[in-house]
Amino acid sequence: MRYSLWSLINQALTGNRDWKPVWRDPEPKPHYDIIIVGGGGHGLATAYYLASRYGMKNIAVLEKGWIGSGNIGRNTTIVRSNYLLDGNEPFYEQSLKLWEGLEQDLNYNVMMSQRGIINLYHSDAQRDAYVRRGNAMRLHGADAELLNQDQLRALCPFLDFKNARFPIRGGLLQKRAGTARHDAVAWGYARGADQRGVDIIQNCDVTDFLIKDGLCTGVETSRGTIRADKIGVAVAGSTSRVMAKAGLRLPIESHVLQAFVSEGLKPVIPGVITFGAGHFYISQSDKGGLVFGGDIDGYNSYAQRGNLPVFEDVCEGGMAIMPMIGRARLLRNWGGIMDMSMDGSPIIDKTPIDQLYLNAGWCYGGFKATPASGLCFAHLLANDEPHMVATKFRLDRFQRGAMIDERGAGAQPNLH
Amino acid sequence: MIINHPHLGPRDASEFTILGDASLINRPSWQAENADDAFYSYLYLRDNPAGLHRELWFHEQGDRSWLIVTRDTLTHAVINVALASDVAKAGKPAPAATKKLAKKTTEKTAKASTKSGKSGKAGGKGG
Repeated sequence: MRYSLWSLINQALTGNRDWKPVWRDPEPKPHYDIIIVGGGGHGLATAYYLASRYGMKNIAVLEKGWIGSGNIGRNTTIVRSNYLLDGNEPFYEQSLKLWEGLEQDLNYNVMMSQRGIINLYHSDAQRDAYVRRGNAMRLHGADAELLNQDQLRALCPFLDFKNARFPIRGGLLQKRAGTARHDAVAWGYARGADQRGVDIIQNCDVTDFLIKDGLCTGVETSRGTIRADKIGVAVAGSTSRVMAKAGLRLPIESHVLQAFVSEGLKPVIPGVITFGAGHFYISQSDKGGLVFGGDIDGYNSYAQRGNLPVFEDVCEGGMAIMPMIGRARLLRNWGGIMDMSMDGSPIIDKTPIDQLYLNAGWCYGGFKATPASGLCFAHLLANDEPHMVATKFRLDRFQRGAMIDERGAGAQPNLH
Repeated sequence: MIINHPHLGPRDASEFTILGDASLINRPSWQAENADDAFYSYLYLRDNPAGLHRELWFHEQGDRSWLIVTRDTLTHAVINVALASDVAKAGKPAPAATKKLAKKTTEKTAKASTKSGKSGKAGGKGG
């Protein structure tokens, strides 16, 4: 069914009796042309673009739990393309362009809201760094605007401009950035892929890879053996666990990132705001809750929950820039598992095993990358060569010394 | 998380900073013929297990000792804590004088680290 105002009115007038399940629940076939392991945002987007843009047929997405049960359902929903480095910025800008047309493309409301992001700066040196970043963004076709204190005050009068330790001097604004409804992204891609014949197979745990003489020909799953000509793995958070079954050690550590939501408030925060002197970012959801987060906990974890010192650190960051939120009560908090790569940038590449492809290492920036990650992974799977905006996301870049280290922290995953 | 310091007793994890996998203690020899590959693995590749994980923690806001903590990454339970200096002394190969010897000791250390990594016990005495 194509969603439209007409279909909505029609359903409303006929008692909402004809809504159909949005995707099928097929039995796995013994053979597919392409298998995507991982039914999260990136896996579903990959399947969607393989079917819609690259004309591939006979595709399956295998998901251990239910689709969207991982990080696509556990993030702070921020969409932006304010990166500095050549390897990153064109990719994230491509992603933002896809976000801008995503609802029309998918015929699904992902509640994309371009309410803007402001990165605050607190010193002259930081202002210079943001001028450079803004210029780098504009050179790659993204939008960026430097705000001085007066311009910022007009947008966000509630900020603590006179903070004794970290006075706010201005910010770097990207107007096209914003937020989207995280679950809807997974559902929209799943529906779009399913309509184009992709089999979305849930509760299907990949237990082993069929590898002989360096060639991968399929997977063993909890629902039987499934063979395929190409296997793409997009399971960020669990990449090391899954790829260990193929005998690969990767430049990745798994870490826990926590996120927080306050009680619902009237609209107070116009877009996304990030602290420049600590790690804190905040936006307000359409329901009114303040959605915010900060650093990862810093130790390896697969537990999907974190510890209290990070609570304190995040809340201190919030209080440093907007003391008005101090009286808001915290409603919920949760943790998700991040693939922290050794340079803070992702991997979309072939593996040393033929016919096995890897999409991983998204650190805690995977949500905004969902459309471009899917597109570039689909391009790689379909053509056996990287998409032009993802040529630097190679698995062997660490060995070649070609890191994309946006933060400059070196091979220390918990600092990226 | 509470880390049971061998000298100071139970201390809150926020007093510590974490460096990462305890295999970082076994720095490869720069003189070995395969130093390129050995340093690539040492610096960038990780086992990243779901379950028991041996890792290096630094008691930055305490006695500034390095500890090897064995922790369950699925539950955050701290299973075992040992002084890194004790572990390093127990597992350290003799200083390498020639290239040949260096290669030999690297292999030995690699073996020792996989052994202790698999058993998941802190203070594994390899080498």
